[in-house]
Amino acid sequence: MSEPLLNLTPAGLYCSRGDFHIDPWKPVPRAFITHAHADHARWGMGSYTCAEEGAGLLRRRVGEAANIATVRSGDALRVGDVTVSFHPAGHVLGSSQVRVSDGREVWVCTGDYKRGDDPTCAPFEVVPCDVLITEATFALPIYSWAPGEVTAREILAWWDEGVRRGHACVLFCYALGKAQRILGELARLVDRPVYVHGALEPLVEAYRAAGVALLPTLKVTNAEKGRRFAGELVLAPPGAYGSTWLRRFGDYETAFASGWMRVRGNRRRQGFDRGFSLSDHADWNGLLTTIAECGAQRVLATHGYKDVLARACREAGLSADVLSTEFSENDDEGEAT
Amino acid sequence: MRAFAELYERLDRTTSTNAKVEAMVEYFSVAEPADAAWVLFFLTGRRLTRLMSVRQLAGWVGEATGLPGWLIEESYARVGDLAETVSLLLDDQSRERRASDLPLHRWLTERILTLGGMTREAQREAVSSWWSELSGRELFIFNKLLTGALRVGVSQTLVTRALAKVADLPPAAIAHRLMGAWDPTPDLVARLLRADGSDIDASRPYPFYLASPLETAVGVLGDPAEWQAEWKWDGIRAQLVKRGGVVYLWSRGEELVSDRFPEVVSRGLALGDGTVLDGEILAFRDGRPLPFAVLQQRIGRNKLTPSVLAHAPVVFMVYDVLELNGADIREQPLSDRRARLEAASPMFPASELIGASTWSELAIRREEARTLGVEGLMLKRKSSPYRAGRKRGDWWKWKIDPYSIDAVLTYAQPGSGKRSGLYTDYTFAVWQGEALTTVAKAYSGLTDAEIAELDRWIRAHTTEKFGPVRAVEPVQVFELHFEAIQPSGRHKAGLALRFPRIARWRTDKVAAEADTLDRLRAFLGEVR
Ligand SMILES: [Zn+2]
Ligand SMILES: [Zn+2]
Repeated sequence: MSEPLLNLTPAGLYCSRGDFHIDPWKPVPRAFITHAHADHARWGMGSYTCAEEGAGLLRRRVGEAANIATVRSGDALRVGDVTVSFHPAGHVLGSSQVRVSDGREVWVCTGDYKRGDDPTCAPFEVVPCDVLITEATFALPIYSWAPGEVTAREILAWWDEGVRRGHACVLFCYALGKAQRILGELARLVDRPVYVHGALEPLVEAYRAAGVALLPTLKVTNAEKGRRFAGELVLAPPGAYGSTWLRRFGDYETAFASGWMRVRGNRRRQGFDRGFSLSDHADWNGLLTTIAECGAQRVLATHGYKDVLARACREAGLSADVLSTEFSENDDEGEAT
Repeated sequence: MRAFAELYERLDRTTSTNAKVEAMVEYFSVAEPADAAWVLFFLTGRRLTRLMSVRQLAGWVGEATGLPGWLIEESYARVGDLAETVSLLLDDQSRERRASDLPLHRWLTERILTLGGMTREAQREAVSSWWSELSGRELFIFNKLLTGALRVGVSQTLVTRALAKVADLPPAAIAHRLMGAWDPTPDLVARLLRADGSDIDASRPYPFYLASPLETAVGVLGDPAEWQAEWKWDGIRAQLVKRGGVVYLWSRGEELVSDRFPEVVSRGLALGDGTVLDGEILAFRDGRPLPFAVLQQRIGRNKLTPSVLAHAPVVFMVYDVLELNGADIREQPLSDRRARLEAASPMFPASELIGASTWSELAIRREEARTLGVEGLMLKRKSSPYRAGRKRGDWWKWKIDPYSIDAVLTYAQPGSGKRSGLYTDYTFAVWQGEALTTVAKAYSGLTDAEIAELDRWIRAHTTEKFGPVRAVEPVQVFELHFEAIQPSGRHKAGLALRFPRIARWRTDKVAAEADTLDRLRAFLGEVR
């Protein structure tokens, strides 16, 4: 066979036999989108195709006028000479892996994914394949996540301390995915309202509209003037850190929920009072397990520590390379707020 | 171990001194005495001798986890601290753990301290099996203990404050008891916190009273007749204690330095029993102090050979008498203590009193400082008691060079030329609220040995790399001198220093003791 099923072109990952791109970063006629984060879903495509659960979020990202088709998870689409299907990736609501097959060979592009439990989205599904294009955001063995519930209990303990001491607890987190996951994890433990920054509210609503159970939320901007936030949990996007927006909380502590918080230097340097190591990306074991379980003989790594992952795969006897994509190297920090 | 790990975490994550004190108060109020003694040992900056190198640990982690060396190195490059890297690699959330919560003192006495007598192989087996009982920050602390590098972000002053709160005693009483030699035995905390203070260890000095820099016009001090002026000597501040026929010499860093200055100790033997003198150890020849660098030959690791003793002759210049005939006379006014000083210690030179009837006369005398090799004048209120710590108001240092600050090393860059490859270009910062703001870059002032030592430290404590520049843990404090200060729109701090240079590596200070941007701004006000 001469040409690979998927190729890297200046616009992104391209399948010539189906004439479509996956998560392209330049305008193309037909785009298959793994999920609605900014580095994967961009403006200006002729048409978009995504998993049903992700359509609401995708529309918010690419605009009301965009031409969006949806497909049920697992359903096969015939596209040119190949079949394409979407399978849950467990990253955020509606996030999917894209499987492409020409009947002889199967390629899977994971998009972003994680293996841990998350009450706000369908769990990752292992899709057997020959070639796996996997993310590598946290591909170092120092990254190992505790179950989300364990971290949620730590967040709750911090919140309870805020209640006891009478200060606000301002928790910074990515606006799409992380914030809702925290609200979903906490909903399993308590039933109290949480204040949210205006930028998070529509995304929280989009999750609710999709039937995801979250703690009730109140908008910070709707709180009456002079309101004290003692003992309240407030979720805010990272961009609000260090801004005057924080002044209204008077006495408060700050925290950041991100996989990067696992390293002490990151916690200290960024100046947050607390760091909760909570990530929507696969940790080291999650990456290796996935590669082993899907049975791929060839691995292509994107995002983050791709060289490390590719080398580890080669040392394990697989064929592996890095793919230089334009996805964020840095988790979803580029995420618009 | 778990309780200590929690305390460590609480102290580590906050820069608020109140929060730190509160965390310690909560810990010491409920801690088991045997554990609390060890915690105090570490909080006061004491360390175990290094049992093994962190490289050794990294090797064992490779064996325990099956990770290849390159992957450990990649991880280290990201974390910047090898002991933390090792801990994170071990803290794989999916591994089986034998949950245990052995108390800290048993970890130390039954385990860690027994490692010293083992073969490498036995050490490896023991350490690997203990690793499997620990997780998260406990692993981090355990590994730091093994490598003798556990460092808790808290100053002696804060520890003292916390214990004083727990015991409901004045901080000075605790500071006094904390000084000197003690072992982390289970009765330690009870002895420190007890209400009665009669059995204080005979060797113990009193907490030093420290002068504050005078940053305003000297006239605000009022009538010059109420003040005693002396030269401000640049040596090692020390207390000489003579009790029970024995002489103890303590440096301000609470180190017993008797063995470094045998000539001072032998002279002190002629003092009456129950005498405590406050003074300055100075390298001194022909009536003049020698540069501080000469005195440094007497500290550090060097063996005291006859040649070192001859090259760096020292005197103990006495300032004050704190205890006489076994009675604590610190509450008496300075003028009374000074009157008794010379009779009590005829074998030591007493610091000269500078007579002047007006401040301007004194200011003129101060100009002699540079030629005398001193730093300026000390102004002490004649009616003042000998207080503990840095209580402002009664003792001032009126330095000839007003432009001296203590700043924290934040970034380093390799130099060029003869020292290329070594980190010799440093960036320094001072506190602005709870953050550090860059105020100066400096290249000179350290000895070759200090540069080499600092270079090693920088490599081991890098938190981030930006091309050739390394961000380092904000830990090391340096005294910087500079000639002038100007407002500047180009610098983030809003001011620029002229000819900044490193005067001294302040290994006796922690970062929290460095100066603030407000203090620099006050200099600016003076200039305008
Ligand atoms: Zn994503
Ligand atoms: Zn991504």
